[in-house]
Amino acid sequence: MAIILQLLFTGLGIGAVYALVALGFVLIYRATNVVNFAQGQFAMLGGYCMVITTVDLGLPYWLGVVISLVVMALFGALFNLGVYYPLRHRSFLPVVISTIGASILITNLVLAIYGPEPTTLPGMTDYPGISFGAVFLDAQYLVIIATTLALVILQYIFFEHTMVGKKMQAVSQDKEMASLLGINVTGMIMLTFTYSAVLGGIAGILVAPILFVSVGLGAQIALKAFAASIIGGFGDVPGAIVGGLLIGVAETLGAFYISVPYKDAFAFILLFAFLLIRPQGIFGEKIAQKA
Amino acid sequence: MKNAAGFLLWLLALVIAVAFALILPINGYLMNLLMQASTYAIAVLGMTVVLGYAGQINIAQAAFFGIGAYGVAIGTTTLGMAFFAALALGAVVALGFGIVLGGSTLKLGGHYLAMVTISFQEIVTLVLTNWIGVSHGPDGISNIPRPHLGFLALDQSRHYLALCLFFLFVTAGLVAWLKSSRLGLSMQAVRDNELAAGVAGIDTYRIKIIAFAASACLGGLGGGLFAGAFRYISPDQFAFDDSVVLLTMALLGGVDAAIGAVIGTALLILLPEWLRFLKQFYLAVYGLAVILIMVFMPQGIFGYFARLFRRAPDLPRGEVAPLTLGASAGTGRPILEISGLSKHFGGLRAVDEVDLAIESGSVHALIGPNGSGKTTTLNLLSGIYRPTAGRIRLGGRDVAGLAPHLLAAAGIGRTFQNIRLFHSLTAFENVLIGSFRVGSGEHDAQSRRERALAALDFVGMAARAPVLVSSLPYGHQRLVEIARALAANPTLLLLDEPAAGLNLTEKQNLVALLRRLRGHGLTILLIEHDMDLVEQISDRITVLNFGRRIADGTPAEVLRHPDVVAAYLGEVAEDVTA
Repeated sequence: MAIILQLLFTGLGIGAVYALVALGFVLIYRATNVVNFAQGQFAMLGGYCMVITTVDLGLPYWLGVVISLVVMALFGALFNLGVYYPLRHRSFLPVVISTIGASILITNLVLAIYGPEPTTLPGMTDYPGISFGAVFLDAQYLVIIATTLALVILQYIFFEHTMVGKKMQAVSQDKEMASLLGINVTGMIMLTFTYSAVLGGIAGILVAPILFVSVGLGAQIALKAFAASIIGGFGDVPGAIVGGLLIGVAETLGAFYISVPYKDAFAFILLFAFLLIRPQGIFGEKIAQKA
Repeated sequence: MKNAAGFLLWLLALVIAVAFALILPINGYLMNLLMQASTYAIAVLGMTVVLGYAGQINIAQAAFFGIGAYGVAIGTTTLGMAFFAALALGAVVALGFGIVLGGSTLKLGGHYLAMVTISFQEIVTLVLTNWIGVSHGPDGISNIPRPHLGFLALDQSRHYLALCLFFLFVTAGLVAWLKSSRLGLSMQAVRDNELAAGVAGIDTYRIKIIAFAASACLGGLGGGLFAGAFRYISPDQFAFDDSVVLLTMALLGGVDAAIGAVIGTALLILLPEWLRFLKQFYLAVYGLAVILIMVFMPQGIFGYFARLFRRAPDLPRGEVAPLTLGASAGTGRPILEISGLSKHFGGLRAVDEVDLAIESGSVHALIGPNGSGKTTTLNLLSGIYRPTAGRIRLGGRDVAGLAPHLLAAAGIGRTFQNIRLFHSLTAFENVLIGSFRVGSGEHDAQSRRERALAALDFVGMAARAPVLVSSLPYGHQRLVEIARALAANPTLLLLDEPAAGLNLTEKQNLVALLRRLRGHGLTILLIEHDMDLVEQISDRITVLNFGRRIADGTPAEVLRHPDVVAAYLGEVAEDVTA
């Protein structure tokens, strides 16, 4: 029993990271109808920003976080300008390929500069964690879960109770109408990319002490986050969170009870199962193309 | 003639390439590059089919390449199979995975396919690395033998290169031929406009699976030859990065032409040799190149030049017999009977228990204010939506809820309110795709081509047959869309606002065209807002409002019906009507 609880806790912790990246996917998808295949690289970059600021430059942790998130925000805006904006009037395929190109570019630039060796990053606190009988709650996992929870609540308040949030929702539902109502669609999409990059950065910063910071970090998280968003119901915000947690738990249990080398495969097996049985995901509804 | 000349040219190039491989002194380093380029190019040709022709993404081509390579490696070493048997095994296994992956994903949107192929790529890498008993794990498999052709051993690299070039030429020839074939045109129709392709009678799901599976199979074939070329393989040669390299090759060269695949592969195999000064940055440059190609040169290198000197399509020559429309016999009997038809979107009743009967040989108009459910009704009739409830009987057969291509096969043709043509094809090719419908009455390629030209001629567009539809003016595009529907020889033609956006002359031409169609006995269901036009040509009118039928009868009855007047002009006050 203690083992299962322990695994559930670990799974929820790692799942929360997938959920954050999945949330970034979903927000960009809703705003632009495009899947951003470089979302995982945002997380990787967040991790490297922390390595540069706190390890290389020796800055305090909180300052590292602030600088990293500012850098990520700028990067999100730059990404929008370079990768999405020139292709915004084209069909889905060129934009997707362009974001795949961007993910290759980012990964290999970091690889060329930092090399393939993973770097360790200390957690937010030196405090090891709390023990409940045989179950040990690691501090970093607690930080991840708490931060994710806080972000989800903040995001809810932002989208439902602020003007900018509502404008962003309007843009994601109908760009033409939003534009007719005087909403700056380009600006709102810019904001979405910026926010998604920050979300990705936070995920990277949170997960770095657990998984190490390496160039492979982006792809590793992104694939599972994407699987999470499909399992939850593509384009659905609560779906992304539930899907992320589900995958985190599934792969932790799978690694413990079935096979460690194939740990990374469980998310995809779950994904295939969903595609075959319930392709619209947990919360999704089928949407037909309108003639 | 053109095809024969092309074939001879291709054969000549094949002989020269194979002869050069056998005769020219090629050093070991260059030999490796050439073997790599020719085997990669076969896999990239797979990308041409799936991404270029059918418009479906595949980011797992390196995985299929790896499956083919391991097929040859395991087949020849562990299982002791003959080389060509193992090559076939690898290609067939890749094909099988292609069918399963495509079959499970291609009903969904494009991003699902992107995701699933990436996942598949990762799983294949994991399995190749960890299933040590079979794949030998990260160590890979060495001492892969090369084949014998009867008594001729292809042990020497130059002989093996000749074999690879032979396979490359055959594959490239087939992929180039595919583009103008019925299957290839269907793929391009799906790519350009999936909805219209379905309504034109193409089983879009099946076409996408075929394209995806063919691509996987070519990946497997290229990989199998690759294994024989280098005689040693390991999992890291078939990773995600390599899938991206294969994707980039296809995009760079020009994704919808076989020559583009060869150009792209050759460039990206040679480029790293020239770009050695970039050292560790060269993959990053790949990534940048992908973005730049998408932004500045989406057609790729070959596509860019091909636009400059486009070949005119091969049209049927001589006199073309006038278009025949096999309208059903027995004018006056109902050909389409709709009863209790409903379509609800959540709480919205877009179509609500509508009854409608259309007599064979008549022009029946469906009118109503905006949002009254007219287009939704047409979408139900052409299979784009499935009805929530109700029956649709076409010629006595219940067809409600069938897929678009099955309804097309049953005899329903249609045009769209916002024109949906296959924009990268010519007017002739667009209409030719219409003639592919089972039941068009044409059974061989030549008669279908003649029918397509006859249909264009019928709407007065024969002179524009070789022109790309995207460069035609709006009014002409409407006519091409009607010709596409006519080429299918429908028993019932659905026209969704055919007069929208037309000027006065074009409208008069349209009325004349509709009259001629009725003269041929074709049954037409028409949605139109232009009441003059409706009054001029329709035999019967049905009026919808808020999804419900509010009137049905002859034009004279219906257009004076108080409910209809109210629906169009708003409620009329009691004392005014009195």
